Amino acid sequence: MQRVAEMMLERAKALLADGTVNRVVGWEMGEFFYDLTPAVFTADGLDKFVYNGFSGANLSKYMIKECAKDGKALVFLKPCDTYSFNQLINEHRVDREKVYIIGVECRGMIDIRKIRDMGIKGVTAIREEGEELIIDTIYGEKKCARKDALLEKCLCCKGQEFVVYDELLTTGEAFTVGGNNRFAKVAELEAMTPGERFAFWRNELSKCIRCNACRNVCPACSCLQCVFDNPKSGIASKANADDFEENMFHIIRAFHVAGRCTDCGECSRVCPQGIPLHLLNRKFIKDVNEFYGEFQAGADNTTKYPLTNFTKEDVEPSIVTNRGGEN
Amino acid sequence: MLKLSLNRVGDLFAKIAEAQALYLPVEKAGQVDYDKWTADAKVSMDHLNTAKSAKDLFFPQVERMVDFKMEGKNIEIKPHALSDEKFVLFGVRACDMKSMEVLDKVFLAEPVDSFYAARRMNGTVVTMACSEPEESCFCNVFGVDAAEPAGDVVTWKVDGELYWKALTEKGEALTEQIKALMEDGDEAKVEESKAAVREIMGKLPLANLNLAPFQPEKLNEMFNSPKWAKLSEACLGCGTCTFVCPTCQCYDIRDYDTGHGIQRFRCWDSCMYSDFTMMAHGTNRPDQMQRFRQRFMHKLIYFPSNNDGMYSCVGCGRCVSKCPISMNIAKVIKALGEDKDE
Ligand code: SF4
Ligand code: SF4
Ligand code: SF4
Ligand code: SF4
Repeated sequence: MQRVAEMMLERAKALLADGTVNRVVGWEMGEFFYDLTPAVFTADGLDKFVYNGFSGANLSKYMIKECAKDGKALVFLKPCDTYSFNQLINEHRVDREKVYIIGVECRGMIDIRKIRDMGIKGVTAIREEGEELIIDTIYGEKKCARKDALLEKCLCCKGQEFVVYDELLTTGEAFTVGGNNRFAKVAELEAMTPGERFAFWRNELSKCIRCNACRNVCPACSCLQCVFDNPKSGIASKANADDFEENMFHIIRAFHVAGRCTDCGECSRVCPQGIPLHLLNRKFIKDVNEFYGEFQAGADNTTKYPLTNFTKEDVEPSIVTNRGGEN
Repeated sequence: MLKLSLNRVGDLFAKIAEAQALYLPVEKAGQVDYDKWTADAKVSMDHLNTAKSAKDLFFPQVERMVDFKMEGKNIEIKPHALSDEKFVLFGVRACDMKSMEVLDKVFLAEPVDSFYAARRMNGTVVTMACSEPEESCFCNVFGVDAAEPAGDVVTWKVDGELYWKALTEKGEALTEQIKALMEDGDEAKVEESKAAVREIMGKLPLANLNLAPFQPEKLNEMFNSPKWAKLSEACLGCGTCTFVCPTCQCYDIRDYDTGHGIQRFRCWDSCMYSDFTMMAHGTNRPDQMQRFRQRFMHKLIYFPSNNDGMYSCVGCGRCVSKCPISMNIAKVIKALGEDKDE
């Protein structure tokens, strides 16, 4: 990853110098190695530019804002991030002409929460040595396997293909990331009785504080003003007033992004309450695949997505009653 | 000072819960938050900071205030009774205890917020000293001593024992209730552990944040700093930082139309939101930079200006570990503080 990071910095400087772009969207160094912040750089700020195992944040959505500015911006996208960008093109949210995309090799991103959940406290620095993480803490050095600390989205990596880019920076070395079946947990939930499933989701969703981090980070949630924020909508809500709202906010959001969600995993990554939101989205993805044929949102930027494209072969609404189980 | 073996805290909790409700850090679906004690609750004695703070017990996220019932031309007004639940809040860390001082300044100043005041009066707070601070902790910067929290009762965990010391009248009353379970504890042991924690606190990466530049007379200079644009650039405006913050205190009052009446409630608001303090003429913070700036200016300049220098951050580090883009008050203090040295 270090090598890729060096190549990225070199390319960023060159593209700024020759005027191809006038700014660079990337990740900025934090206090503790793991707390990177997405940032827009110009030439003199690039000393703080980093790309490491904590560059999990998907920068695609920031390009909506960047496209409203003058000139072309360079953005670095990991393979999975390119799906989100493609989907944004499809939805006319970004202007492809105003973005120079460099696809960057990714070997899986690390979840600091998983490191904490291992009981490792007081993390001050993390070094990646091959397949191992060397973790400096206030309480001494700790180690863990890199694969045990990967983000959920990386455990189910979509692969190393970039679906939209201007150029690529890869090392050419062979490696594998992920390999988990992303529908395994969904199938487990489907096999539950409705009562058990309800209990599972109540337990999870009752933790929700309605901070809206999941919605605000989501590249598919790109409405200028969300109905839940609009005082004139009549359903604006800043808090879950009861458990019905707690459930419905997430179910409505999942419906709204159904067929458009690329499974980028950002919602689950950012939730301060550790709610596995990806399970809701993956349920929809699984259903879309079953009803309309295999579909990956963002795989290209021209195909109409299943839920906005009526065909005579579409399933009948009665599928709902056919599939609904007894409680 | 009293003590009890940590193996027997279950008995202690059961005893407390006999006489009043008991709230303490409970693990639920992998997350630790304050919740009501029950015999089968997964109590977490080691977790440092709950995801949400202790403020929830006094200032809940949603609170019904008054109902209006319409019948013909009559409107019936039914205020909601103030909470009369007597409760004990156990396991509060020093930073969260300090946050109550901040909240008291807001809610107990005239005109007193009766909802908050009732809960404050009915609650007895048992704090717990920290033994393994996190890298994100910087309470010491705000004059908080993690080894010696305030509260009605303070407890320490040392060598498999829970040490217990009442600090107030309420604390004495609670101690009376549970005394039979306890034996006398050795003060010296606790002193040793305090020294150890203080040593760690001093070595934490954020222990030396410099607050000196954040003075009321710097208001204009700080407000107009060009650095806000860069700091707020990636902010999602999600409000996570405000909701997990133990000192964030803003709320909105809303009406819920039931079709035949109105339920008026208040709920937490966030200065990070686009409709925060929306007025008839619109909002005075039209973009995220201004909203972001408000949060930190309030904590570091406005609040201390109005409250004898008391900052409204207690260094709990929640915004440090929870912000989706890893932007937080520590980074703000560093970035703006640098201006002074330039
Ligand atoms: S990020 Fe998590 S806590 Fe916040 S609204 Fe979404 S699900 Fe709820
Ligand atoms: S719903 Fe979640 S996984 Fe799907 S696009 Fe939005 S952030 Fe990504
Ligand atoms: S600072 Fe972070 S947590 Fe707060 S609103 Fe912005 S993105 Fe959300
Ligand atoms: S601003 Fe951040 S560190 Fe300070 S009290 Fe609030 S959440 Fe804790």
